Amino acid sequence: MGIELSNISKSYDNQNWTLKDVSVQIRSGEFFTIVGPSGCGKSTLLRMIAGLISISNGTLKIDGRDVTNLQPQERALTMVFQNYALFPFLDVKANVSFGLKARKMQSAQINERVANALELVGLSELKDRKPRELSGGQRQRVALARAIASDTKVCLMDEPLSNLDAQLRSKMRSEIRELQQKLGITLIYVTHDQVEAMTMADRIMVLHAHTVQQIGTPSEIYQHPANAFVAQFFGTPRMNLLSVHYASKNQRHLKFDSYIDYLLPRDIEDGDYFVGIRPGELEIHTADKANAVIKNIEYLGTQSIIHAVLDNDMEIRITTSKNNTFCLNDHVQIRATNTYFVFDSTGKAIFFNKGDVQNGYTDHKQEPANAL
Amino acid sequence: MNKNITPPITQRIGQIFLLLLLAFFILIPFLLGFWTSLLPTADISKGALWSSHISLSNYYTAITQTPIIRYLFNSLVISFFTMAVQLLFCSMSAYAFVFIEFKGRDTLFYIFLATMMLPFEAEVIPNFVTVRNMGLLNHYAVMIIPFLTSAFGTFMLRQAFMQIPKELREASEIEGLSHWRFYAKVVLPYSRISLFTLAAYSFLASWNQYLWPMLTTFSDSFRPVQDGLRQLQSQETFNNWGMIQASAAIVVIPTLIVLFIGQHYFKSGLNEGAVK
Repeated sequence: MGIELSNISKSYDNQNWTLKDVSVQIRSGEFFTIVGPSGCGKSTLLRMIAGLISISNGTLKIDGRDVTNLQPQERALTMVFQNYALFPFLDVKANVSFGLKARKMQSAQINERVANALELVGLSELKDRKPRELSGGQRQRVALARAIASDTKVCLMDEPLSNLDAQLRSKMRSEIRELQQKLGITLIYVTHDQVEAMTMADRIMVLHAHTVQQIGTPSEIYQHPANAFVAQFFGTPRMNLLSVHYASKNQRHLKFDSYIDYLLPRDIEDGDYFVGIRPGELEIHTADKANAVIKNIEYLGTQSIIHAVLDNDMEIRITTSKNNTFCLNDHVQIRATNTYFVFDSTGKAIFFNKGDVQNGYTDHKQEPANAL
Repeated sequence: MNKNITPPITQRIGQIFLLLLLAFFILIPFLLGFWTSLLPTADISKGALWSSHISLSNYYTAITQTPIIRYLFNSLVISFFTMAVQLLFCSMSAYAFVFIEFKGRDTLFYIFLATMMLPFEAEVIPNFVTVRNMGLLNHYAVMIIPFLTSAFGTFMLRQAFMQIPKELREASEIEGLSHWRFYAKVVLPYSRISLFTLAAYSFLASWNQYLWPMLTTFSDSFRPVQDGLRQLQSQETFNNWGMIQASAAIVVIPTLIVLFIGQHYFKSGLNEGAVK
C-alpha cells in the first residue's frame, strides 16, 4: 500500500509552522525512514500520518484513498512506540491480541494470529509473562508482534530502538528489516539516529527546521547531500565544514593553507562558501612542515578520530587507520585529497568532487530553507 | 578504628528505640481497649487492670442485647455504596479532566479542587436543609447522596491518570478504542492501585462519619456504628462499660480488615512495571 503525502503542513497557532509542505510518495513495501534532529517535527509527521494529530494543510492518501480527515482506526495501520506502549497489566499474549479484540475478531482467528506473530518474533515461550518480567529487547519484540498480528500493510515506528542498548539495537535493526521484507509491509520509521536510517532504509527523508531537506536513498544522501546540514548529519564523525571567501582573483583555488588547497574544475561566483570535507578524506602525516596541532585523539580500534586545530585556527576532524602514530599536541601535517563538497553561503550544495572520477553540479529540485 | 564503626550502631539503636517508643504510644490505647473489653464491668469501674473473670461475655451481651449488629449492617451498606459510587464518579470525572480536551478544563478543575478548602462543618447546615426538603431524613440515602463524589478522589485519580503514558492512549486510538472502552480497558486497570487506595480511604471516611449521621438519623434501623456506640452509652442509666468496650472492638474490626487488604495491594503496587 503506497502512501502519498502532498503539501502536508502542521501549525498549532496558524502562525508558526511545525511542519511545512511535506510531500513524498512512499511506495508499497518500502522501508521509508524519516530522520532528523530532536524537535524537527518527525514524530509530529508520523502522528499526522497515523491520525493522532490533525493535519492543518495538505492531503494524505493511503493506497489511493484520501484519509486526511479519517480517524486512526479507519486508516488501517499500526504503530510501534519508543517506550513500547505495552499494557503492564496484561500478559504478552493479551498485549498482542489487544487490538484484535478491540476490533471484535473471532477468538479462534485471534489465537492463530497471536501465535503466528509471537512465533515470528521468537517469543512463543514467554507468552504468559507480564511486560515487567521481560527485558527491553523482548518488550520491543512484543510491540512488534502486536503490529504484525494486526495484519495491516502499513506500519509506523517511532524511534523503536532508542531505549535499547547499542548491541541489542544493531541486532534489532536487522530483525526489523528482515521482518519488513518477509511481511512485505510499508514501513515508515522515525529515528534521530543517522546510522539506523542509513543501514535500514530504502529511502530516507531528512527533516530539519520544519522542512524537508532531502529525500533519497542512503547512498544518494551520503554521496550527494543537498545541503550542508544533510552533509553534516550523515557520517560519523561529522563532516568538516570550513568557511572560505572566494574571489575570482584566486583562480579557482579554494585555499586554506599550503596543504589544504582545492582546485575547482570550473568557475564559481565570488562570495562566501563552505567547503565540506569528510574526515576520511584528509590525510595526516608526521612531517617537518606542520600545519596543525592535535588536540584530542579518540581511539576506536581499527581507526582513530583525531581532532586538530589548523595554524589558521580552524578546527578539523580526521579519521586515520594509522593508530598509535600520533600523540596529543603533536605538530602534524594535514593534507587535502581531491574529494570535497562546496556549499554556498546558505548551505545549499552547489558542487561536489569525488576524487578524479566524477564531478559536477548537484541537481536537487528541492530548495531547502535554513539549511545551516 | 572502632570509633568509625560505633556511631552507626548507636545511631541504629537510637532509631529502634524511638520507633519502639512511638509504636508503644500508638498501640497501647488499642491494646488497653481490647483488654478492657474482656473484663467484667464491676472490675472496670474499680479501675482494675486485672480480673479473675476474663471472658468474652461482654461480646455476647453486646451482640444479644444491643442493636450493634444492625448498626454494623447499616454502616456496611452506607460505606460500601459510598465507596463504590465515589470510585465510579471520581474516576469518570478524573478521566474527563485528563483525557478529554474541552474549553476551560483546567479552570473547572481548580474550582472543583477549591471545594476541598471548605470544611465539612460549614456545609452541614445548608446540606441539612436540602436533604430535609427532599424528604430524605432518616434513610440510607441521606448518608450516601451527599457523598457521591469527592474533590479529593477526583484530584487523586487525576494525578494517577496523568501518569499513564500518552503512548497507551495513542496505541488505543489506533486500535479504535472509544473513550468508554479506553477508560474501562486501560485506564482503570492501569490505575488499580490508586483505585484501591481511594476505595480504602472513602470506605474508612464513610465508616467514621459521626456528625452528619447524628443529625440525620433518628432510628436504629438506619443509624451507623459510630453514632450507635454513642447511643449505647446514653441508653441506660448505668453504663455497662465492658459491653460498650466490646462493641467498640467489634466496630473496629471491619476497619482493620480494610486496612489489611489495602496494605497488601499497596505493597504489590510499588513494583508494578509500567512502560519502560
